[in-house]
Amino acid sequence: MKLLTLNFLTCAIKTCKTSPASFPLHPRDAELEIIESEINLPFLRNILPRLMWEEIRVIASELGLPSLPTTPPTREDLVEGASQAQATEQAEGEAVAEVEEVPSQTAKDLHRILLETGIKEGKLVCGNCAHEYKVMEGVANFLLPGHLV
Amino acid sequence: MSSISYWIVSTAHFRILCWLRHSNMLPTPSTSHVCFDRVYEPAEDSFLLLDTLSSASESGFLKDRFNAESGAPPLVLEVGVGSGVVLAFTAANAKSIFGRQDVLTLGTDINSFACKAASQTVRTALNDNVNPASTFLDVVNGDLASSIRPHSIDVFIFNPPYVPAELPNFTHHDRYSVLPPGKDATSFEQDSYLLELSYAGGEDGMVVTNRMLNQIPELLDVGRGVAYVLLCAQNKPELVKEQIREWGVGWEAETVGSSGKQAGWEKLQIVRIWRNLK
Repeated sequence: MKLLTLNFLTCAIKTCKTSPASFPLHPRDAELEIIESEINLPFLRNILPRLMWEEIRVIASELGLPSLPTTPPTREDLVEGASQAQATEQAEGEAVAEVEEVPSQTAKDLHRILLETGIKEGKLVCGNCAHEYKVMEGVANFLLPGHLV
Repeated sequence: MSSISYWIVSTAHFRILCWLRHSNMLPTPSTSHVCFDRVYEPAEDSFLLLDTLSSASESGFLKDRFNAESGAPPLVLEVGVGSGVVLAFTAANAKSIFGRQDVLTLGTDINSFACKAASQTVRTALNDNVNPASTFLDVVNGDLASSIRPHSIDVFIFNPPYVPAELPNFTHHDRYSVLPPGKDATSFEQDSYLLELSYAGGEDGMVVTNRMLNQIPELLDVGRGVAYVLLCAQNKPELVKEQIREWGVGWEAETVGSSGKQAGWEKLQIVRIWRNLK
């Protein structure tokens, strides 16, 4: 399961939803896998406002991934030489936008973390109730035993 | 033309007609890898969802609601994905349906076999796609939308177990949800149980749907969230819509697609649920 998915998941136990500690779920004993995919720069740029950056940083650090910057990247950070291109545009008054944009290292790193890195096996733990959800063959199981429903 | 070659040509022609009819000329995703002994096979209800989401009126509504100025990429959640045909269709045709490619898709199913099959269906549909792809997240195994972060869903899709039939006995779910130890195939009892989950809806076929409807206000994005729920005639759709309109100020419910007209009754229909706060 992709790490970006964790941006939209919480503990399945009803009473946990109101507690801020139920998000994000914390990976534990995780075996990671990398499934490469084509980078989609417009998507990455647009998704930035939806990312719960602090929580993604926490997840990345818990998984032992290279640490993410404290502040989220800006749209400009994702394009190689974006500031330069803007300057050219101003100087010549021509549309430089038609030139194909090259993803920056920041964009590649973000793509790798959010969409290419997945939890193959392991657990996701609620920070509020400590319930553990198993991940098996890349599928997280949020079904609760009868007494917790 | 010999009769056999005529038969081949007309069969192919019929297939093409079905293929076009089912999706307003947008291709129906392939589910040929799915084992339909234990995962719900795409049927009239699934195709009604495809037709409705890609109809001129609904895609017009969705394009208007999710235009580039409306904000960040919309997140589409389908609960009970089964084979994944509806989620895959939405993912592969995001540009036609929403007018934008930066759409996220996420699914859930109570049947773990369906989770794996549906992920494969979406990945295949996106790989076959000639257009730049939308972004598929995952299909998680769970009860309805219980694990989804509140107010994070922009487009919700649900083809529920709507048949008025006794709910299956959940006691053995954990055992039935995986391959029997040491075996590489599911048992007949297991398959029957897994298929029952996909269609049996209890009294009026509404027990599961009512549980899901109750979660919708908490699930949808407050500003732009919209839900599509399939109902059959026995579900008393007029009553269901009335109850939704009583959720509070601005809640609306309208039938936006239907099929199988019988004596003036729509056998199946798609109800759009949204909040008009303007």
